[in-house]
Amino acid sequence: MIKVVHYINQFYAGKGGEEMANLPPEKVKGFVGPGMAFNAAFKGEAEIVATVYCGDSYFNENKEAVDTVIAMIKEEQPDIVICGPAFNAGRYGVACGTVASEVKAQLGIPTLTGMYDENPGVDMFKSKTIIMKTKDNAAGMRKAVAAMAPVALKMAKGEELGSAAAEGYFPTGIRKGLFEEKRGSARAVDMLLKKLKGEEFETEYPMPQFDRVAPNPAVVDLAHAKVALVTSGGIVPKGNPDHIESSSASHYGKYDIDGVEVLTDKTYETAHGGYDPVYANADPNRVLPVDVMREFEKEGRIGELSHYYYATVGNGTAVASAKKFADTFSKELIADGVQAVILTST
Amino acid sequence: MKLELGIIKISDIQFAAESKVEGSTLYVNKDELKALILEDETFVSCELDIARPGESVRIAPVKDVIEPRVKVSGEGGVFPGWMAKVKTVGSGRTNVLKGAAVVTTGKIVGFQEGIIDMCGEGAKYTPFSQLNNLVLCLEPVEGTLQHAYEKAVRLAGLKTATYLGKLAKDIEAEEIRTYETPSITEGIKLYPDLPRVGYVLMLQSQGLLHDTYVYGVDAKQSLTTMIYPTETMDGAIISGNCVSACDKNTTYHHLNNPVIEDLYARHGKDLNFVGVIITNENVYLADKERSSDWSAKLCEYLGLDGVIISQEGFGNPDTDLIMNCKKIEAKGVKTVIITDEYAGQDGASQSLADADIAANACVTGGNANTVIHLPKMDKVIGHIEYVDKIAGGWSGSLQEDGSIVAELQVITGATNEMGFNKFSAR
Amino acid sequence: MVKEIERAGIPVVHMCTVVPISLTVGANRIVPTVAIPHPLGNPALSHEEEHDLRKKLVGRALKALETPVDGQTVFEE
Repeated sequence: MIKVVHYINQFYAGKGGEEMANLPPEKVKGFVGPGMAFNAAFKGEAEIVATVYCGDSYFNENKEAVDTVIAMIKEEQPDIVICGPAFNAGRYGVACGTVASEVKAQLGIPTLTGMYDENPGVDMFKSKTIIMKTKDNAAGMRKAVAAMAPVALKMAKGEELGSAAAEGYFPTGIRKGLFEEKRGSARAVDMLLKKLKGEEFETEYPMPQFDRVAPNPAVVDLAHAKVALVTSGGIVPKGNPDHIESSSASHYGKYDIDGVEVLTDKTYETAHGGYDPVYANADPNRVLPVDVMREFEKEGRIGELSHYYYATVGNGTAVASAKKFADTFSKELIADGVQAVILTST
Repeated sequence: MKLELGIIKISDIQFAAESKVEGSTLYVNKDELKALILEDETFVSCELDIARPGESVRIAPVKDVIEPRVKVSGEGGVFPGWMAKVKTVGSGRTNVLKGAAVVTTGKIVGFQEGIIDMCGEGAKYTPFSQLNNLVLCLEPVEGTLQHAYEKAVRLAGLKTATYLGKLAKDIEAEEIRTYETPSITEGIKLYPDLPRVGYVLMLQSQGLLHDTYVYGVDAKQSLTTMIYPTETMDGAIISGNCVSACDKNTTYHHLNNPVIEDLYARHGKDLNFVGVIITNENVYLADKERSSDWSAKLCEYLGLDGVIISQEGFGNPDTDLIMNCKKIEAKGVKTVIITDEYAGQDGASQSLADADIAANACVTGGNANTVIHLPKMDKVIGHIEYVDKIAGGWSGSLQEDGSIVAELQVITGATNEMGFNKFSAR
Repeated sequence: MVKEIERAGIPVVHMCTVVPISLTVGANRIVPTVAIPHPLGNPALSHEEEHDLRKKLVGRALKALETPVDGQTVFEE
């Protein structure tokens, strides 16, 4: 029987949501939560012997968390470790990716996780562990398990995996040779015809991502510059007047803070659903530092704080959407004469 | 322009008293051919040998591979500017000795010529293991400079292919393949609803063993220009010999350009194959900019909807490839690029030296750094001791038992960037 | 978002906790912060201490905006 250890977060372990995100690592025998579906999908060939879970914030903020998790996994001597899937949850994705790649590197045990393609964990870890492609939220769990279980079995048995496209994982960047049905020129003609018709085609070598923007020159005279605050941490006037979604935000808000000296729990709150809101709600300056910016303004460190700040929720929000938001409000920032931006993220 | 290729199938080569084609056998008078080649005083010796598919034979270091062809009718002769006067070729009829090739070998010139194995693991990667090869082993007079030797080998290969091709001039081929490209305006009238597709053929032009010639002109001295696809079938473009072996286009590749064949196969059905743009890969940045500007300009000028871009070589030519791709896409013309990869022996490194998001449709001929094990062969034609030196080999590549451990790079034509092969990578 | 602001021509500093994500995303000026739910604060500290911490971090961000950089730079101190 193949022995599997499953790594999940506090939410899937049934311990609670963001209020429990600071939970340190724990281990239980057998399966928990989504592990049940995995066990069923193994059809008797493999079994989850233990489940390790940890709060996402705890994992990302405590360097020793990964060591504790690895030690817990090592005790079980599994044949394979499955992490998540994390779908589009950024911190969970980073946790799954870290555990999977560290277990593979330190213990030499094959590992597998699953994520949505915009999860930042994909780019960070796809060359270090196998990451299966999943939907962006837990509604895709059944499909994810159905795809991940057979791949996990293959890996545990030491079988060679097929290509990324065939198996459904993100290309690892490790190039593998193969003989195709058609010669290259014929494949090129087929690909060109598809591209011309606007049909989907699959490139044989995805270009490495070089999307980098050159840094702008430094601000020369900050003492006379107008500085704006922007946040993806969801700080909004109390009551969330623009109804910014707590996850997968469809828009952003623009708020006037002229005359506001300090954000208080009476006047502002966070709309972000991806982290424990207690601290931000108690003191929103912890996310959007209006209080100290006012002091810098009075001290003459900066010229002035812009009347408006922009806020959205970075939780599960598509990169394309975030890009569009920023594209739009950047034009307004320029029109307002803003010379520098501080962007805070949670 | 319309060209008919008369296909004469050759299934064996034999040495004989008289050079002739009889049935599907090519007979060669060794002494006569040798005397012809040794007219060039650059050579101190010339050995002829035959390598057939499946034989336990290794040819190294391979410089060029050439298919024997002869003009039956129409203007000019095969290999214009070299073996025939400079006349526009590509029309009328040309006979092809299909299944035969001339392979040139001899003392190594640089350090990057290749290997052809006729059987075993290596044979899977080179298309030339499937041919009946007449191999010329050419040794230069002592003190011959590299450039002079390279040119002499190049001409000896063309001369031999021409000599063999002429044997088939009067044979009525059983199979005729017809290729026709109408003028631009006719094409528009004939296929008003089909996408207009071109082919950007990049020619390596970086110096010794990296050169390519068009009608006798060194491609590095030419601006990006256009030719009819059928011109290539009459030897308008020849190779200045092999480097790196796996992704240098031999003269055989130019004569049998697979992109041209496969675009013709869909011509008039799924696309309108408008023509071929030939551009170079020079060593100066200004040349690269100019040549790729011209590729893009010609694509725009011809009103193309899409192009296939094929590369030759790797490293800095990756920049030429990406420049071509990026600039052509910027003109609103869709591209597919054909390249190969140098992703390291473990396949984990970045495959190309340059990249751009515009290159979103890429066909690859595989990872040239892949390590392969080639078994010992009973017979070696040429000089096996050079294996440690050629690109893709390393000190110790040649094992004591005669087997070879090296990168795929060493195999002639293995990761061809015209898409000649089925080998690829993901 | 950070890249679009940069692309628009405004110098921008990204204050965040999970620095590797910021690097992957492509921010150029990065100031690491305290924790995900309270990047610019620490509830374990007294009100004054927390305020000083925040002022120090935001001050670092202002310094980053005044510093010419060639590529991605993490301002640790």
